[in-house]
Amino acid sequence: MRRFTWFNATSLTLGFAFLYLPMVILVIYSFNASKLVTVWAGFSTRWYGELLGNQAFLDAAWVTLKVAVASSSLATVLGTMAAYVLVRSGRFAGRTLFSGMIYAPLVMPEVITGLSLLLLFIGIGLDRGVLTIILAHTTFAMCYVSVVVSSRLVSFDRSLEEAALDLGCTPFTAFRLVTLPIIAPAVVSGWLLAFTLSLDDLVIASFTAGPSATTLPIKIFSAVRLGVSPEINALSTIMIAIVTVGVITASLISKRASLAQQRDAQAAARAQ
Amino acid sequence: MRRALLIAVPYLWLLALFLVPFLIVLKISLSDTALAIPPYLPTLDFSEGWAGIWGFLQQLDFENFTFLTQDELYWRAYLSSVQIALISTLLTLLVGYPIAYGMASAPEHWRATLMMLVILPFWTSFLIRVYSWMGILSNEGLLNQLLQGLGLIDQPLTILNTNTAVYIGIVYTYLPFMILPIYAALEKMDDALLEAAEDLGCSRLTAFWLVTVPLSRQGIIAGCFLVFIPALGEFVIPSLLGGSGTLMIGKVLWEEFFNNRDWPVASAVAVILLLILIIPIILFQRNEQKQREREG
Repeated sequence: MRRFTWFNATSLTLGFAFLYLPMVILVIYSFNASKLVTVWAGFSTRWYGELLGNQAFLDAAWVTLKVAVASSSLATVLGTMAAYVLVRSGRFAGRTLFSGMIYAPLVMPEVITGLSLLLLFIGIGLDRGVLTIILAHTTFAMCYVSVVVSSRLVSFDRSLEEAALDLGCTPFTAFRLVTLPIIAPAVVSGWLLAFTLSLDDLVIASFTAGPSATTLPIKIFSAVRLGVSPEINALSTIMIAIVTVGVITASLISKRASLAQQRDAQAAARAQ
Repeated sequence: MRRALLIAVPYLWLLALFLVPFLIVLKISLSDTALAIPPYLPTLDFSEGWAGIWGFLQQLDFENFTFLTQDELYWRAYLSSVQIALISTLLTLLVGYPIAYGMASAPEHWRATLMMLVILPFWTSFLIRVYSWMGILSNEGLLNQLLQGLGLIDQPLTILNTNTAVYIGIVYTYLPFMILPIYAALEKMDDALLEAAEDLGCSRLTAFWLVTVPLSRQGIIAGCFLVFIPALGEFVIPSLLGGSGTLMIGKVLWEEFFNNRDWPVASAVAVILLLILIIPIILFQRNEQKQREREG
Protein backbone atom coordinates (compact mmCIF):
# COMPACT_ATOMS: atom_id res chain seq x y z
CA MET A 1 0.00 0.00 0.00
CA ARG A 2 1.51 3.28 -1.06
CA ARG A 3 1.03 6.15 1.33
CA PHE A 4 -1.92 8.38 0.60
CA THR A 5 -0.31 11.55 1.90
CA TRP A 6 -1.44 15.14 2.17
CA PHE A 7 0.56 15.87 -0.94
CA ASN A 8 -1.39 13.26 -2.91
CA ALA A 9 -4.71 14.45 -1.57
CA THR A 10 -3.87 18.04 -2.47
CA SER A 11 -2.71 17.24 -5.98
CA LEU A 12 -5.88 15.22 -6.61
CA THR A 13 -8.11 17.98 -5.27
CA LEU A 14 -6.37 20.69 -7.29
CA GLY A 15 -6.26 18.48 -10.39
CA PHE A 16 -9.95 17.67 -10.34
CA ALA A 17 -10.79 21.27 -9.52
CA PHE A 18 -8.89 22.28 -12.65
CA LEU A 19 -10.73 19.65 -14.72
CA TYR A 20 -14.20 20.44 -13.45
CA LEU A 21 -14.36 24.09 -12.31
CA PRO A 22 -14.54 25.62 -15.82
CA MET A 23 -17.52 23.45 -16.66
CA VAL A 24 -19.20 24.11 -13.31
CA ILE A 25 -18.80 27.86 -13.90
CA LEU A 26 -20.22 27.47 -17.40
CA VAL A 27 -23.28 25.69 -16.00
CA ILE A 28 -23.79 28.28 -13.23
CA TYR A 29 -23.63 31.18 -15.64
CA SER A 30 -26.16 29.58 -17.96
CA PHE A 31 -28.71 30.50 -15.26
CA ASN A 32 -27.55 34.12 -15.16
CA ALA A 33 -30.25 36.72 -15.80
CA SER A 34 -27.82 39.20 -17.34
CA LYS A 35 -26.83 39.31 -20.98
CA LEU A 36 -23.29 40.06 -19.81
CA VAL A 37 -21.92 36.64 -19.15
CA THR A 38 -19.40 37.65 -16.51
CA VAL A 39 -21.69 39.74 -14.29
CA TRP A 40 -24.08 37.84 -12.05
CA ALA A 41 -27.54 39.39 -12.03
CA GLY A 42 -29.72 36.78 -10.38
CA PHE A 43 -31.13 33.39 -11.27
CA SER A 44 -33.10 32.95 -14.47
CA THR A 45 -33.95 30.27 -17.01
CA ARG A 46 -34.47 32.92 -19.69
CA TRP A 47 -31.67 31.63 -21.96
CA TYR A 48 -33.11 28.14 -22.04
CA GLY A 49 -36.37 29.62 -23.23
CA GLU A 50 -34.66 31.64 -25.93
CA LEU A 51 -32.66 28.61 -26.98
CA LEU A 52 -35.80 26.51 -27.44
CA GLY A 53 -37.31 29.31 -29.52
CA ASN A 54 -34.25 29.49 -31.78
CA GLN A 55 -35.20 27.51 -34.87
CA ALA A 56 -31.69 27.61 -36.36
CA PHE A 57 -30.23 25.83 -33.32
CA LEU A 58 -33.01 23.24 -33.28
CA ASP A 59 -32.48 22.51 -36.98
CA ALA A 60 -28.73 22.17 -36.47
CA ALA A 61 -29.32 19.83 -33.51
CA TRP A 62 -31.57 17.66 -35.66
CA VAL A 63 -28.99 17.47 -38.47
CA THR A 64 -26.26 16.62 -35.95
CA LEU A 65 -28.33 13.83 -34.44
CA LYS A 66 -29.16 12.33 -37.84
CA VAL A 67 -25.52 12.42 -38.89
CA ALA A 68 -24.34 10.93 -35.59
CA VAL A 69 -26.81 8.03 -35.60
CA ALA A 70 -26.22 7.16 -39.26
CA SER A 71 -22.44 7.50 -39.24
CA SER A 72 -21.87 5.72 -35.93
CA SER A 73 -24.05 2.78 -36.99
CA LEU A 74 -22.29 2.49 -40.35
CA ALA A 75 -18.92 2.92 -38.68
CA THR A 76 -19.71 0.18 -36.17
CA VAL A 77 -20.52 -2.32 -38.92
CA LEU A 78 -17.49 -1.41 -41.03
CA GLY A 79 -15.18 -1.09 -38.02
CA THR A 80 -16.20 -4.49 -36.64
CA MET A 81 -15.60 -6.05 -40.06
CA ALA A 82 -12.21 -4.37 -40.27
CA ALA A 83 -11.28 -5.55 -36.76
CA TYR A 84 -12.29 -9.10 -37.67
CA VAL A 85 -10.19 -8.95 -40.82
CA LEU A 86 -7.19 -7.57 -38.92
CA VAL A 87 -7.31 -10.14 -36.13
CA ARG A 88 -8.63 -13.25 -37.88
CA SER A 89 -7.89 -13.17 -41.58
CA GLY A 90 -4.21 -13.96 -41.39
CA ARG A 91 -2.18 -12.94 -44.39
CA PHE A 92 -3.64 -11.49 -47.54
CA ALA A 93 -2.35 -9.25 -50.26
CA GLY A 94 -2.25 -5.64 -49.10
CA ARG A 95 -2.61 -6.38 -45.41
CA THR A 96 0.05 -3.85 -44.41
CA LEU A 97 -1.69 -1.13 -46.38
CA PHE A 98 -4.98 -2.11 -44.75
CA SER A 99 -3.69 -1.85 -41.19
CA GLY A 100 -1.93 1.37 -42.12
CA MET A 101 -5.21 2.82 -43.35
CA ILE A 102 -6.90 1.78 -40.09
CA TYR A 103 -4.33 3.45 -37.85
CA ALA A 104 -3.40 6.52 -39.92
CA PRO A 105 -6.72 8.38 -39.50
CA LEU A 106 -6.29 8.15 -35.71
CA VAL A 107 -3.23 10.41 -35.81
CA MET A 108 -4.13 12.43 -38.89
CA PRO A 109 -4.83 16.09 -38.03
CA GLU A 110 -8.50 16.84 -38.56
CA VAL A 111 -7.75 19.74 -40.88
CA ILE A 112 -6.04 17.34 -43.29
CA THR A 113 -8.78 14.71 -43.15
CA GLY A 114 -11.38 17.40 -43.74
CA LEU A 115 -9.50 19.03 -46.58
CA SER A 116 -8.79 15.77 -48.37
CA LEU A 117 -12.40 14.55 -48.16
CA LEU A 118 -13.70 17.88 -49.39
CA LEU A 119 -11.38 17.76 -52.39
CA LEU A 120 -12.60 14.22 -53.13
CA PHE A 121 -16.29 15.21 -52.94
CA ILE A 122 -15.69 18.17 -55.22
CA GLY A 123 -13.60 16.02 -57.57
CA ILE A 124 -16.36 13.45 -58.06
CA GLY A 125 -19.06 16.11 -58.16
CA LEU A 126 -20.94 15.00 -55.04
CA ASP A 127 -23.09 17.82 -53.62
CA ARG A 128 -22.04 18.63 -50.10
CA GLY A 129 -24.66 18.16 -47.41
CA VAL A 130 -25.82 15.64 -44.82
CA LEU A 131 -24.65 12.68 -46.93
CA THR A 132 -21.08 13.91 -47.27
CA ILE A 133 -20.78 14.58 -43.52
CA ILE A 134 -22.05 11.05 -42.85
CA LEU A 135 -19.47 9.57 -45.25
CA ALA A 136 -16.66 11.61 -43.66
CA HIS A 137 -17.62 10.77 -40.07
CA THR A 138 -18.08 7.10 -40.90
CA THR A 139 -14.57 6.95 -42.32
CA PHE A 140 -12.69 8.27 -39.33
CA ALA A 141 -15.02 6.74 -36.72
CA MET A 142 -14.72 3.23 -38.20
CA CYS A 143 -11.01 3.30 -37.40
CA TYR A 144 -11.71 4.04 -33.73
CA VAL A 145 -14.35 1.29 -33.64
CA SER A 146 -11.98 -1.23 -35.19
CA VAL A 147 -9.27 -0.46 -32.61
CA VAL A 148 -11.73 -0.92 -29.73
CA VAL A 149 -13.23 -4.12 -31.16
CA SER A 150 -9.93 -5.70 -32.21
CA SER A 151 -8.50 -5.33 -28.69
CA ARG A 152 -11.46 -7.42 -27.49
CA LEU A 153 -11.11 -9.94 -30.35
CA VAL A 154 -7.44 -10.49 -29.56
CA SER A 155 -8.20 -11.42 -25.96
CA PHE A 156 -10.92 -13.96 -26.62
CA ASP A 157 -10.60 -17.72 -26.77
CA ARG A 158 -10.65 -18.80 -30.38
CA SER A 159 -11.48 -22.41 -29.58
CA LEU A 160 -15.07 -21.35 -28.83
CA GLU A 161 -15.49 -20.30 -32.45
CA GLU A 162 -13.79 -23.45 -33.68
CA ALA A 163 -16.11 -25.59 -31.55
CA ALA A 164 -19.13 -23.93 -33.17
CA LEU A 165 -17.67 -24.61 -36.62
CA ASP A 166 -16.96 -28.25 -35.71
CA LEU A 167 -20.56 -28.63 -34.57
CA GLY A 168 -21.74 -27.65 -38.03
CA CYS A 169 -22.26 -23.89 -37.87
CA THR A 170 -21.55 -21.87 -40.98
CA PRO A 171 -18.88 -19.21 -40.35
CA PHE A 172 -21.57 -16.53 -40.33
CA THR A 173 -23.78 -18.39 -37.82
CA ALA A 174 -20.73 -19.03 -35.65
CA PHE A 175 -20.00 -15.31 -35.73
CA ARG A 176 -23.60 -14.42 -34.89
CA LEU A 177 -24.08 -16.99 -32.11
CA VAL A 178 -20.63 -17.14 -30.53
CA THR A 179 -18.35 -14.27 -31.47
CA LEU A 180 -20.81 -11.40 -31.52
CA PRO A 181 -22.24 -11.97 -28.01
CA ILE A 182 -18.71 -12.12 -26.62
CA ILE A 183 -17.46 -8.98 -28.32
CA ALA A 184 -20.79 -7.17 -27.84
CA PRO A 185 -19.55 -4.87 -25.03
CA ALA A 186 -16.69 -3.69 -27.24
CA VAL A 187 -19.04 -3.19 -30.19
CA VAL A 188 -21.37 -1.13 -28.00
CA SER A 189 -18.57 1.02 -26.66
CA GLY A 190 -17.27 1.39 -30.21
CA TRP A 191 -20.68 2.67 -31.27
CA LEU A 192 -20.82 5.09 -28.34
CA LEU A 193 -17.34 6.37 -29.15
CA ALA A 194 -18.24 6.85 -32.82
CA PHE A 195 -21.47 8.59 -31.81
CA THR A 196 -19.70 11.10 -29.51
CA LEU A 197 -16.92 11.70 -32.05
CA SER A 198 -19.52 12.58 -34.66
CA LEU A 199 -21.55 14.73 -32.26
CA ASP A 200 -18.43 16.59 -31.27
CA ASP A 201 -16.69 17.12 -34.59
CA LEU A 202 -16.29 20.66 -35.85
CA VAL A 203 -13.36 20.64 -38.25
CA ILE A 204 -14.23 17.74 -40.54
CA ALA A 205 -17.89 18.75 -40.61
CA SER A 206 -16.98 22.33 -41.55
CA PHE A 207 -15.04 21.11 -44.55
CA THR A 208 -17.54 18.51 -45.74
CA ALA A 209 -20.83 20.29 -44.96
CA GLY A 210 -22.10 22.45 -47.74
CA PRO A 211 -24.18 25.55 -47.15
CA SER A 212 -27.25 23.31 -47.08
CA ALA A 213 -26.35 21.46 -43.88
CA THR A 214 -25.18 22.99 -40.61
CA THR A 215 -24.34 20.87 -37.59
CA LEU A 216 -24.51 22.02 -33.99
CA PRO A 217 -20.72 22.36 -33.53
CA ILE A 218 -20.52 24.54 -36.67
CA LYS A 219 -23.34 26.69 -35.31
CA ILE A 220 -21.74 26.92 -31.85
CA PHE A 221 -18.35 27.75 -33.31
CA SER A 222 -19.63 30.62 -35.44
CA ALA A 223 -21.59 32.01 -32.47
CA VAL A 224 -18.69 31.65 -30.03
CA ARG A 225 -16.18 33.31 -32.34
CA LEU A 226 -17.90 36.60 -31.63
CA GLY A 227 -17.54 36.10 -27.88
CA VAL A 228 -19.24 34.43 -24.93
CA SER A 229 -23.01 34.21 -25.12
CA PRO A 230 -25.46 33.03 -22.44
CA GLU A 231 -27.46 31.04 -24.99
CA ILE A 232 -24.40 28.95 -25.78
CA ASN A 233 -23.90 28.42 -22.04
CA ALA A 234 -27.44 27.06 -21.82
CA LEU A 235 -26.88 24.80 -24.81
CA SER A 236 -23.57 23.57 -23.34
CA THR A 237 -25.27 22.83 -20.02
CA ILE A 238 -27.87 20.67 -21.75
CA MET A 239 -25.15 18.79 -23.65
CA ILE A 240 -23.03 18.29 -20.51
CA ALA A 241 -26.08 16.99 -18.63
CA ILE A 242 -26.91 14.48 -21.38
CA VAL A 243 -23.33 13.19 -21.56
CA THR A 244 -22.97 12.90 -17.77
CA VAL A 245 -26.22 10.95 -17.40
CA GLY A 246 -25.29 8.78 -20.40
CA VAL A 247 -21.79 7.91 -19.21
CA ILE A 248 -22.89 7.17 -15.64
CA THR A 249 -25.78 4.97 -16.85
CA ALA A 250 -23.52 3.11 -19.26
CA SER A 251 -20.91 2.47 -16.59
CA LEU A 252 -23.55 1.25 -14.11
CA ILE A 253 -24.97 -1.12 -16.72
CA SER A 254 -21.57 -2.51 -17.63
CA LYS A 255 -20.70 -2.90 -13.94
CA ARG A 256 -23.90 -4.86 -13.36
CA ALA A 257 -23.23 -6.98 -16.45
CA SER A 258 -19.72 -7.82 -15.30
CA LEU A 259 -21.00 -8.67 -11.81
CA ALA A 260 -23.61 -10.99 -13.35
CA GLN A 261 -20.89 -12.58 -15.47
CA GLN A 262 -18.76 -13.13 -12.35
CA ARG A 263 -21.71 -14.76 -10.59
CA ASP A 264 -22.30 -17.07 -13.57
CA ALA A 265 -18.65 -18.02 -13.64
CA GLN A 266 -18.68 -18.76 -9.92
CA ALA A 267 -21.87 -20.80 -10.24
CA ALA A 268 -20.35 -22.75 -13.12
CA ALA A 269 -17.21 -23.39 -11.11
CA ARG A 270 -19.27 -24.66 -8.18
CA ALA A 271 -21.38 -26.89 -10.44
CA GLN A 272 -18.27 -28.62 -11.66
CA MET B 1 -15.74 -16.08 -51.24
CA ARG B 2 -17.32 -14.74 -48.03
CA ARG B 3 -13.87 -13.99 -46.69
CA ALA B 4 -13.00 -12.00 -49.80
CA LEU B 5 -16.19 -9.98 -49.36
CA LEU B 6 -15.47 -9.41 -45.68
CA ILE B 7 -12.06 -8.02 -46.53
CA ALA B 8 -13.20 -6.10 -49.59
CA VAL B 9 -15.91 -3.96 -48.02
CA PRO B 10 -13.87 -2.11 -45.35
CA TYR B 11 -10.81 -2.19 -47.61
CA LEU B 12 -12.51 -0.49 -50.53
CA TRP B 13 -14.21 1.99 -48.20
CA LEU B 14 -10.85 3.10 -46.78
CA LEU B 15 -9.22 3.17 -50.19
CA ALA B 16 -11.96 5.39 -51.60
CA LEU B 17 -12.42 7.68 -48.60
CA PHE B 18 -8.97 7.77 -47.04
CA LEU B 19 -6.21 6.93 -49.49
CA VAL B 20 -7.65 8.42 -52.69
CA PRO B 21 -8.54 11.77 -51.01
CA PHE B 22 -5.03 11.92 -49.66
CA LEU B 23 -3.56 11.32 -53.11
CA ILE B 24 -5.79 14.12 -54.41
CA VAL B 25 -4.29 16.48 -51.80
CA LEU B 26 -0.83 15.42 -52.90
CA LYS B 27 -1.72 16.02 -56.53
CA ILE B 28 -3.32 19.42 -55.95
CA SER B 29 -0.33 20.51 -53.88
CA LEU B 30 1.69 20.11 -57.09
CA SER B 31 -0.80 22.04 -59.22
CA ASP B 32 -1.09 25.75 -59.91
CA THR B 33 -3.72 28.13 -58.63
CA ALA B 34 -6.18 29.21 -61.32
CA LEU B 35 -9.26 31.36 -61.56
CA ALA B 36 -11.50 28.49 -62.52
CA ILE B 37 -13.82 25.88 -61.08
CA PRO B 38 -12.15 23.91 -59.55
CA PRO B 39 -9.62 26.67 -58.77
CA TYR B 40 -6.47 24.84 -59.83
CA LEU B 41 -4.71 23.60 -62.97
CA PRO B 42 -4.06 21.16 -64.58
CA THR B 43 -7.08 18.87 -64.38
CA LEU B 44 -6.68 15.29 -65.50
CA ASP B 45 -8.26 14.59 -68.87
CA PHE B 46 -8.56 10.92 -69.81
CA SER B 47 -10.10 11.56 -73.22
CA GLU B 48 -6.69 12.21 -74.77
CA GLY B 49 -5.29 8.88 -73.60
CA TRP B 50 -1.65 8.49 -72.61
CA ALA B 51 -0.63 11.76 -74.22
CA GLY B 52 -3.11 13.56 -71.95
CA ILE B 53 -1.78 11.85 -68.84
CA TRP B 54 1.81 12.63 -69.83
CA GLY B 55 0.95 16.26 -70.50
CA PHE B 56 -0.79 16.38 -67.13
CA LEU B 57 2.25 15.00 -65.32
CA GLN B 58 4.52 17.49 -67.02
CA GLN B 59 2.45 20.38 -65.73
CA LEU B 60 2.90 19.35 -62.08
CA ASP B 61 5.66 21.12 -60.19
CA PHE B 62 6.90 21.97 -56.73
CA GLU B 63 6.11 25.66 -57.11
CA ASN B 64 3.80 25.76 -54.07
CA PHE B 65 6.46 24.19 -51.89
CA THR B 66 9.04 26.70 -53.11
CA PHE B 67 6.51 29.41 -52.31
CA LEU B 68 6.07 28.03 -48.77
CA THR B 69 9.81 28.07 -48.13
CA GLN B 70 10.12 31.64 -49.38
CA ASP B 71 7.21 33.17 -47.53
CA GLU B 72 8.25 33.84 -43.95
CA LEU B 73 4.68 33.41 -42.65
CA TYR B 74 4.70 29.67 -43.23
CA TRP B 75 8.11 29.11 -41.67
CA ARG B 76 7.05 31.01 -38.61
CA ALA B 77 3.76 29.15 -38.46
CA TYR B 78 5.46 25.73 -38.54
CA LEU B 79 8.07 26.74 -35.98
CA SER B 80 5.57 28.32 -33.64
CA SER B 81 3.24 25.28 -33.93
CA VAL B 82 6.10 23.02 -32.85
CA GLN B 83 7.03 25.44 -30.07
CA ILE B 84 3.48 25.80 -28.76
CA ALA B 85 2.94 22.03 -28.91
CA LEU B 86 6.22 21.37 -27.06
CA ILE B 87 5.61 23.91 -24.29
CA SER B 88 2.03 22.72 -23.79
CA THR B 89 3.16 19.09 -23.68
CA LEU B 90 5.67 19.88 -20.92
CA LEU B 91 3.05 21.87 -19.00
CA THR B 92 0.57 19.00 -19.36
CA LEU B 93 3.20 16.64 -17.97
CA LEU B 94 3.81 18.94 -14.99
CA VAL B 95 0.09 19.16 -14.25
CA GLY B 96 -0.73 15.55 -15.10
CA TYR B 97 2.02 13.68 -13.26
CA PRO B 98 0.99 14.68 -9.71
CA ILE B 99 -2.63 13.78 -10.52
CA ALA B 100 -1.64 10.36 -11.91
CA TYR B 101 0.63 9.83 -8.89
CA GLY B 102 -2.16 10.77 -6.50
CA MET B 103 -4.53 8.36 -8.27
CA ALA B 104 -2.04 5.49 -8.15
CA SER B 105 -1.48 5.95 -4.43
CA ALA B 106 -5.15 6.39 -3.57
CA PRO B 107 -6.90 3.57 -1.71
CA GLU B 108 -7.86 0.76 -4.08
CA HIS B 109 -11.63 1.16 -3.82
CA TRP B 110 -11.40 4.79 -4.96
CA ARG B 111 -9.45 4.17 -8.10
CA ALA B 112 -12.34 3.16 -10.38
CA THR B 113 -14.20 6.35 -9.45
CA LEU B 114 -11.09 8.50 -9.96
CA MET B 115 -10.55 6.88 -13.37
CA MET B 116 -14.10 7.70 -14.36
CA LEU B 117 -13.66 11.31 -13.20
CA VAL B 118 -10.63 11.62 -15.48
CA ILE B 119 -12.38 10.04 -18.47
CA LEU B 120 -15.73 11.85 -18.10
CA PRO B 121 -14.53 15.22 -19.53
CA PHE B 122 -13.24 13.31 -22.55
CA TRP B 123 -16.83 12.42 -23.47
CA THR B 124 -17.99 16.01 -23.18
CA SER B 125 -17.75 18.18 -26.25
CA PHE B 126 -14.23 19.39 -26.98
CA LEU B 127 -15.63 22.66 -28.33
CA ILE B 128 -17.55 23.32 -25.12
CA ARG B 129 -14.51 22.60 -22.97
CA VAL B 130 -12.46 25.11 -24.94
CA TYR B 131 -15.31 27.61 -24.88
CA SER B 132 -15.63 27.35 -21.09
CA TRP B 133 -12.26 29.11 -20.73
CA MET B 134 -13.32 32.14 -22.78
CA GLY B 135 -15.51 33.46 -19.98
CA ILE B 136 -12.82 32.81 -17.39
CA LEU B 137 -9.82 34.31 -19.15
CA SER B 138 -11.27 37.44 -20.77
CA ASN B 139 -10.40 40.90 -19.49
CA GLU B 140 -13.67 41.22 -17.57
CA GLY B 141 -13.57 37.48 -16.91
CA LEU B 142 -13.83 35.61 -13.64
CA LEU B 143 -10.09 35.17 -13.17
CA ASN B 144 -9.45 38.90 -13.44
CA GLN B 145 -12.46 39.66 -11.22
CA LEU B 146 -11.07 37.28 -8.62
CA LEU B 147 -7.53 38.63 -8.75
CA GLN B 148 -8.74 42.23 -8.63
CA GLY B 149 -11.14 41.40 -5.80
CA LEU B 150 -8.25 39.97 -3.82
CA GLY B 151 -6.28 43.12 -4.52
CA LEU B 152 -3.47 41.23 -6.24
CA ILE B 153 -3.62 43.26 -9.46
CA ASP B 154 -4.84 46.73 -10.38
CA GLN B 155 -5.12 46.33 -14.12
CA PRO B 156 -6.80 43.27 -15.64
CA LEU B 157 -4.34 40.77 -17.10
CA THR B 158 -4.67 40.17 -20.82
CA ILE B 159 -4.74 36.38 -21.15
CA LEU B 160 -7.44 35.62 -23.69
CA ASN B 161 -6.20 35.94 -27.29
CA THR B 162 -2.58 35.28 -26.32
CA ASN B 163 -0.39 32.20 -26.47
CA THR B 164 -0.83 31.74 -22.70
CA ALA B 165 -4.53 31.08 -23.26
CA VAL B 166 -3.62 28.54 -25.95
CA TYR B 167 -1.31 26.72 -23.51
CA ILE B 168 -4.06 26.64 -20.89
CA GLY B 169 -6.53 25.34 -23.46
CA ILE B 170 -4.25 22.55 -24.65
CA VAL B 171 -3.31 21.48 -21.10
CA TYR B 172 -6.96 21.46 -20.12
CA THR B 173 -8.34 19.50 -23.06
CA TYR B 174 -5.51 16.96 -23.43
CA LEU B 175 -4.88 16.33 -19.73
CA PRO B 176 -6.64 12.91 -19.69
CA PHE B 177 -4.30 11.68 -22.47
CA MET B 178 -1.35 12.44 -20.19
CA ILE B 179 -2.82 11.15 -16.94
CA LEU B 180 -4.03 7.75 -18.15
CA PRO B 181 -0.75 6.25 -19.49
CA ILE B 182 1.26 7.58 -16.52
CA TYR B 183 -1.33 6.19 -14.11
CA ALA B 184 -1.20 2.82 -15.88
CA ALA B 185 2.60 2.74 -15.49
CA LEU B 186 2.56 3.86 -11.83
CA GLU B 187 -0.17 1.44 -10.88
CA LYS B 188 1.90 -1.56 -12.01
CA MET B 189 4.87 -0.45 -9.90
CA ASP B 190 5.91 -2.70 -7.03
CA ASP B 191 5.88 -0.73 -3.76
CA ALA B 192 8.54 -2.99 -2.30
CA LEU B 193 11.05 -1.23 -4.56
CA LEU B 194 10.36 2.10 -2.85
CA GLU B 195 10.67 0.51 0.58
CA ALA B 196 13.93 -1.09 -0.46
CA ALA B 197 15.28 2.26 -1.65
CA GLU B 198 14.33 3.90 1.63
CA ASP B 199 15.81 1.03 3.64
CA LEU B 200 19.03 1.56 1.74
CA GLY B 201 19.13 5.16 2.87
CA CYS B 202 17.40 7.13 0.14
CA SER B 203 15.27 10.05 1.22
CA ARG B 204 11.71 9.93 -0.09
CA LEU B 205 12.47 12.53 -2.71
CA THR B 206 15.58 10.71 -3.93
CA ALA B 207 13.64 7.45 -4.01
CA PHE B 208 11.03 9.19 -6.14
CA TRP B 209 13.66 10.43 -8.62
CA LEU B 210 15.67 7.21 -8.70
CA VAL B 211 12.86 4.64 -8.62
CA THR B 212 9.41 6.03 -9.40
CA VAL B 213 10.26 8.34 -12.30
CA PRO B 214 12.39 5.82 -14.24
CA LEU B 215 9.75 3.13 -13.76
CA SER B 216 7.03 5.38 -15.12
CA ARG B 217 9.17 6.43 -18.07
CA GLN B 218 7.09 4.49 -20.61
CA GLY B 219 3.93 6.18 -19.39
CA ILE B 220 5.54 9.61 -19.56
CA ILE B 221 6.76 9.04 -23.11
CA ALA B 222 3.40 7.69 -24.29
CA GLY B 223 1.53 10.57 -22.62
CA CYS B 224 3.81 13.19 -24.16
CA PHE B 225 3.31 11.81 -27.67
CA LEU B 226 -0.45 11.53 -27.17
CA VAL B 227 -0.54 15.24 -26.31
CA PHE B 228 2.12 16.51 -28.72
CA ILE B 229 0.81 14.86 -31.91
CA PRO B 230 -2.76 16.21 -31.84
CA ALA B 231 -1.65 19.57 -30.37
CA LEU B 232 0.59 20.21 -33.39
CA GLY B 233 -2.29 20.22 -35.87
CA GLU B 234 -4.78 21.84 -33.50
CA PHE B 235 -7.27 24.30 -34.97
CA VAL B 236 -10.09 24.97 -32.49
CA ILE B 237 -7.93 26.04 -29.53
CA PRO B 238 -5.75 28.63 -31.32
CA SER B 239 -8.73 30.07 -33.17
CA LEU B 240 -10.91 30.50 -30.06
CA LEU B 241 -8.34 31.23 -27.33
CA GLY B 242 -5.40 32.49 -29.37
CA GLY B 243 -5.10 35.95 -30.83
CA SER B 244 -4.20 37.25 -34.24
CA GLY B 245 -0.55 36.83 -33.26
CA THR B 246 -0.97 33.12 -32.50
CA LEU B 247 0.39 31.29 -35.49
CA MET B 248 -0.50 27.62 -35.72
CA ILE B 249 -0.37 25.62 -38.88
CA GLY B 250 -3.87 24.16 -38.54
CA LYS B 251 -5.25 27.69 -38.43
CA VAL B 252 -3.11 28.80 -41.40
CA LEU B 253 -4.38 25.86 -43.47
CA TRP B 254 -7.99 26.69 -42.59
CA GLU B 255 -7.58 30.35 -43.52
CA GLU B 256 -5.71 29.52 -46.72
CA PHE B 257 -8.58 27.31 -47.76
CA PHE B 258 -11.69 29.15 -46.55
CA ASN B 259 -10.56 32.79 -46.67
CA ASN B 260 -8.04 32.88 -49.52
CA ARG B 261 -9.53 29.96 -51.46
CA ASP B 262 -6.03 28.97 -52.42
CA TRP B 263 -6.43 25.20 -52.68
CA PRO B 264 -2.97 24.33 -54.00
CA VAL B 265 -1.21 26.22 -51.20
CA ALA B 266 -3.58 24.78 -48.57
CA SER B 267 -2.77 21.29 -49.89
CA ALA B 268 0.97 21.98 -49.80
CA VAL B 269 0.63 23.21 -46.18
CA ALA B 270 -1.17 19.94 -45.36
CA VAL B 271 1.54 17.82 -46.99
CA ILE B 272 4.32 19.54 -45.02
CA LEU B 273 2.35 19.29 -41.76
CA LEU B 274 2.10 15.56 -42.35
CA LEU B 275 5.82 15.29 -43.08
CA ILE B 276 6.54 17.02 -39.75
CA LEU B 277 4.13 14.71 -37.93
CA ILE B 278 5.62 11.52 -39.34
CA ILE B 279 8.73 11.76 -37.13
CA PRO B 280 6.94 11.82 -33.75
CA ILE B 281 4.44 9.21 -34.97
CA ILE B 282 7.20 6.76 -35.94
CA LEU B 283 9.03 7.38 -32.65
CA PHE B 284 5.80 6.79 -30.74
CA GLN B 285 5.08 3.51 -32.53
CA ARG B 286 8.61 2.29 -31.95
CA ASN B 287 8.27 3.11 -28.26
CA GLU B 288 4.98 1.21 -28.03
CA GLN B 289 6.46 -1.78 -29.81
CA LYS B 290 9.48 -1.86 -27.51
CA GLN B 291 7.18 -1.87 -24.53
CA ARG B 292 5.07 -4.70 -25.94
CA GLU B 293 8.20 -6.77 -26.55
CA ARG B 294 9.41 -6.15 -23.01
CA GLU B 295 6.07 -7.18 -21.56
CA GLY B 296 5.29 -10.01 -23.96
